[in-house]
Amino acid sequence: MKKVQFNSNLSPFLFIAPQLVIILVFLYWPILQTFSDAFTAQDPFGFSKTFVGFDNFELVITDPAYLRSLKFTLIYIFVITLVTGLLGLLLAVQANSVIHGKSAYKTLLIWPYAIAPAVVGVTANYFFSERLGLLYSFFHDLWGFNWMDNVSDAYIYVMIAGSWKQISANFIFFLAGLQNIEKSVIEASLIDCKSSFRRFWTVTFPLLMPTTFFLLIINITYAFFETLGIIDTTTIGAPSGETKTLVYKAYIDGFKGLDLGSAGAQSIIMMIIVLAITIFQFRFIESKVHYN
Amino acid sequence: MASKYSQISVHSILILGTLLILAPIWIIFASSTHDSYTIATKGMQFGIGDEFLSNYQNVLFERSGFSKEITFVGLLFNSLVMAFGIATLTVVTSLLAAYTIVYFKIRLATTYFWLIFTTLLVPLEVRIFPSYAIVSELNLTNTYTGLILPLLASSIATFFFRQFYKTIPDELLEAAKIDGANSWKFFIDFLIPLSKTMIIAIFIFMFVYGYNQYLWPILVTSSEEYWTVIMGMKIIRGSFSYIILSIIPPVLVVIFLQRWFVKGLLYSGK
Repeated sequence: MKKVQFNSNLSPFLFIAPQLVIILVFLYWPILQTFSDAFTAQDPFGFSKTFVGFDNFELVITDPAYLRSLKFTLIYIFVITLVTGLLGLLLAVQANSVIHGKSAYKTLLIWPYAIAPAVVGVTANYFFSERLGLLYSFFHDLWGFNWMDNVSDAYIYVMIAGSWKQISANFIFFLAGLQNIEKSVIEASLIDCKSSFRRFWTVTFPLLMPTTFFLLIINITYAFFETLGIIDTTTIGAPSGETKTLVYKAYIDGFKGLDLGSAGAQSIIMMIIVLAITIFQFRFIESKVHYN
Repeated sequence: MASKYSQISVHSILILGTLLILAPIWIIFASSTHDSYTIATKGMQFGIGDEFLSNYQNVLFERSGFSKEITFVGLLFNSLVMAFGIATLTVVTSLLAAYTIVYFKIRLATTYFWLIFTTLLVPLEVRIFPSYAIVSELNLTNTYTGLILPLLASSIATFFFRQFYKTIPDELLEAAKIDGANSWKFFIDFLIPLSKTMIIAIFIFMFVYGYNQYLWPILVTSSEEYWTVIMGMKIIRGSFSYIILSIIPPVLVVIFLQRWFVKGLLYSGK
């Protein structure tokens, strides 16, 4: 914090109050409620609640459908983070070294960032529909693509849909990171190292580590949470729940299945996963990132 | 560095990438200008047809929903209220909260810090059912307040403003204090003008975030009066022209304000 500060009693409370009150009411209260749901069982009519300990958790983690959803979510996060990161980086490096037309490329590549996941889903739905879909018929001709019955085909479908707009986000941040690198560093490296490929991986990329690290978190959160709108407008989990992310499964179980105990337990497991990712990010990655 | 051949390869990669990213939207747009008979018999189209005006007029003003009362224009109005509300209120509450955390000596400062920043761990999707229960207990379903308030319970913006304030030299406050500025005057006359770029960047980010909400409006609005464009995507079924119209507002915001957006991001990358 700052060395020079204001000393005042009333005004800081007035300043922080709006956000604090909203967070207490709409965040901490729901979290408490989630814990109470997770450790209780409700009768079907919602009249009474009984404490059941870890029963809801046990039911969730021993459910094969849940484990399949966990497996899909992890693969989904991994593939989307890797694919969109690499493509975003590739395009950003090119856009940074282009001499003519830089701003045109930038504008053309930046805007898909603004498209909602649900819109991406509905769009992808047209391209992968059996009747109209260009990509459906293209892949179908190649290897008999059929996402409604084949699990790996369904994976391909939601992965293409999920990656598309996220390439833009990676592009924007990598380009910003590249423009942030001091010109003198790059000029010095030109003298020391002739191969542009090696120069990139030994000089430029390490300087991009803070951006990479930031994008890693952005991509993981996106693939984990925001893709709900994509799944709900594309496969809806087909075939037989194989493409349900954990978030989507919790939503379906809670709202359509009205099983609040199970949904609560699933929410807490997700909080633990996010907590683990955060600790991992600070312990292992941030210590290896060099901030200039 | 700028040899002719390397520039050719740079351009080819960029053109290929741009085409790949833009192709889906182009095909959707081209298809949106044909009549449904062409689409049904010949499939999606690559070239522009003659039905542009009638298709778009239909989507904009056609009445749909169970009540046959809602139009795209009405949905768009709700979406914009939600997006502006979330963007503006997030900027205001986060600026003030970050100001308190960085510039004031207060008791329980660490407690506030943790109370606010643990919210980063719990996105709305994870606490969606209890959030819905609370909003309905407060009688806020089917209101703009119910659409907006729960989405303000996030501290990403506070975090960015805090990072930014920390880069401002201490001398600024010392000088302001010598000039006799009180805490409110310092905030309004010094900090806000300095944070302009950051404010615009956060505004764009939150506008897009608010406009693009899907699950929350589905849950919290049973009355069609409060439906938004993005949730209507599934409920009303997004036609080609519906898709194109729905992406225009956030895309315009990002394209026109991209200079500030990227500049704001540069601060946050540090």
